[in-house]
Amino acid sequence: MTAQEVRLCGLLLQEHFGDVVEKIGTHLLRSGAQNLRTIANETNTPLDLVKKSLCVLVQHGACEFGSGRRGPGSPVEYRADSERVLRILRYPRYIYTAKTLYGDTGELIVEEVLQRGHMTLSNTVKTVADRLTHNMEEGRNMEYSEVSSTFSKLVETHFLQRCPPVAEMGAAPPTTTPATHGAPASVAPPTAESNPDCYKLPPVKLIGCGKRRHSGDDTEDQRGGKKAKMDSESCGDEGIYWQVNFERFHQHFRDQAIISAVSSKLDQTSSEIVRTMLRMSEVTTTPSAAYTQPLSANEIFRSLPPNYSISRPILDQYLTLLVDDPMEFVGKSGDSGGGMYVVNLHRALANLARATLESVVQERFGSRSARIFRLLLRKRHLEQKQVEDFAMIPAKEAKDMLYTLLSENLVQLQEIPKTPDHAPSRTFYLYTVNQLPTARLLLQRCYKTVANLIERRLHETKENKRLLEKSQRIEAILASLQASEAEPEQLTEVEDMITAPERQQLEALRRHINKLDCAENQVDETVFLLESYIFSTRTK
Amino acid sequence: MAGRGYMSFSVEAVGIGKGDNLPPSILQPTPLYPPLEHQPVPLVTGEEAEYMLALKQEFRGAMKTLPFYVRPAVPKRDVERYSDKYQNSEPSDNTIEWSPDWKRLPKELRIRTRTHLNDNTSLSVQTTLVPKPSKKTCLDKEEIIRKLEPLEKKEEEVTSDEEGEKKPEEVVQDEEDEYDEEEFEEETDYIMSYFDNGEEFGGDSDDNMDEAIY
Repeated sequence: MTAQEVRLCGLLLQEHFGDVVEKIGTHLLRSGAQNLRTIANETNTPLDLVKKSLCVLVQHGACEFGSGRRGPGSPVEYRADSERVLRILRYPRYIYTAKTLYGDTGELIVEEVLQRGHMTLSNTVKTVADRLTHNMEEGRNMEYSEVSSTFSKLVETHFLQRCPPVAEMGAAPPTTTPATHGAPASVAPPTAESNPDCYKLPPVKLIGCGKRRHSGDDTEDQRGGKKAKMDSESCGDEGIYWQVNFERFHQHFRDQAIISAVSSKLDQTSSEIVRTMLRMSEVTTTPSAAYTQPLSANEIFRSLPPNYSISRPILDQYLTLLVDDPMEFVGKSGDSGGGMYVVNLHRALANLARATLESVVQERFGSRSARIFRLLLRKRHLEQKQVEDFAMIPAKEAKDMLYTLLSENLVQLQEIPKTPDHAPSRTFYLYTVNQLPTARLLLQRCYKTVANLIERRLHETKENKRLLEKSQRIEAILASLQASEAEPEQLTEVEDMITAPERQQLEALRRHINKLDCAENQVDETVFLLESYIFSTRTK
Repeated sequence: MAGRGYMSFSVEAVGIGKGDNLPPSILQPTPLYPPLEHQPVPLVTGEEAEYMLALKQEFRGAMKTLPFYVRPAVPKRDVERYSDKYQNSEPSDNTIEWSPDWKRLPKELRIRTRTHLNDNTSLSVQTTLVPKPSKKTCLDKEEIIRKLEPLEKKEEEVTSDEEGEKKPEEVVQDEEDEYDEEEFEEETDYIMSYFDNGEEFGGDSDDNMDEAIY
């Protein structure tokens, strides 16, 4: 847990859950696992607030609890998960992906589940149906069955999963395992995947349609709707909570990145072939696999989308091209069935990360420094003289660029002694670039960047707080006037309460905040690539 | 390491020739905002980027209204005022506003839920919070009033129009809060703005000072 990660997590918690949760969260991130009393004492917060914050954190999966270090008798310890908190940055991307795959219903389902941390099927369906009905025109209602079917599609394709069962603790003696789900007792919190029922839908039938909520007047429907919410209707799926499966979304993003890389390097048809191969291997490949399962050329030919009718020999030519490409996205693993082909996932990720690093150096230091950087990546170790020769850059400038890169820690110096006494005059000094540590360095820089962006946005909002509040008040007054059908003069009178320079200031503020938010989204794409690459090397 | 006198290794190996002028040695930390040599690439724009931006901002706004946004309890003021009973702006105690599934949480985290919800679950775990007597009578009253709900709904339609101004600013998902306010409306003879203590007055009229304020 680096300082930058903790800072970014703190800012994200503060924006979404408030200052209290932020204080508790950062404290847990910094000091590891702790029990309730210690947290309350060390953060000087009243016990009730600590309990509330921990409930919120556990609800959203950012905190796990387990029995203490001294065995089942000791107080419960809580541990925060920085990776989970950092996912908050990617929520818009998850929601947008759900929209592209499953339409507005899918989008709202994923949004609701992300907002609440985890939810039951019945709750989700009711809330989403209500929201959709609210946005439809008068008289039309959203059926529960439609929402349920989209929900089940999401579960079938593994985008949603059941929350892992909670291991009992405290009561059970260490030797016996808890009765309910067979999860290991207090060794490690069970993951979602370890539950065999992870993707099984509960057998509930939800019949009904979304209720329209009218703002302002209480009609029969609303009263009925309110009553329904107030009764504790049990729909038969109590205790079964669903959460978003981030790994599956990450798999999807990774596939998208590979396909777009192929499409920009080669052409559209090759990317379609790779897309087909990835789609066929979706269910057969584990998320952390290095290669997809081998697919024969015959299978690929049969599964190509119908509007891409290319003939068999052309397909073979494309596959050969893909295999021979230096990017090594696709590899050949055998000759049976017309040729067995795999997609090299880890190598593709490494290449994408390398391209990111090169592009960063290019944008920050210029194209000639980028040339030196690429050279060092390919040739591994080079002496000063060799760098100048290979890069075809005059000595003085090459030196300058190398030292700049060295001071930024993107390039390292490796000593190779000729004699055992390491005399400097008889030692080779070689410049080198290591991809993995450099990727880690860049990832930390990205975290720092996002944290800076958020802080700047908060600063801008704080500076103009008075103006923002005024404009919100005026909008509220305008809305109420329009609802009660006032004359246009009253409306213009109210609008004139904001002077022209203030309007300009507001406009500029809005532009700045939008820019900062967009930048955060974009940096998060780089963060995703680098994180995937680093994670893929970890599991090797 | 004094100057460029005697050095233990041949400087040519690292590439510094004789007579080259090196950049001056730096004796202070680098400036906070070093000058940018290369301008950053402009941000990606397009429908997708704008939609994600809108999603992000909406999500943030929505999170602020959910009960997961924990606000610390406002400390009680020195004297209890009459308006406190009808104007609960901030949470004044640390009950939890949503009901998590307590079976998934360790027992020690259990706190009182704010019982507007018709919770039939009995709060068997005693907490350190001593419930205020005024709140208790309020809760009893609420239950009685809930039974008289159908009749009151018709009366409240009239009073709710006065609240039109406050509606956009109210928390959307908290229908219970709205309900409470209307219920409070019923109990007093005054509209809610009677209880404004004058702190917000005068904030709007900063701009045109030509009119005298009476």
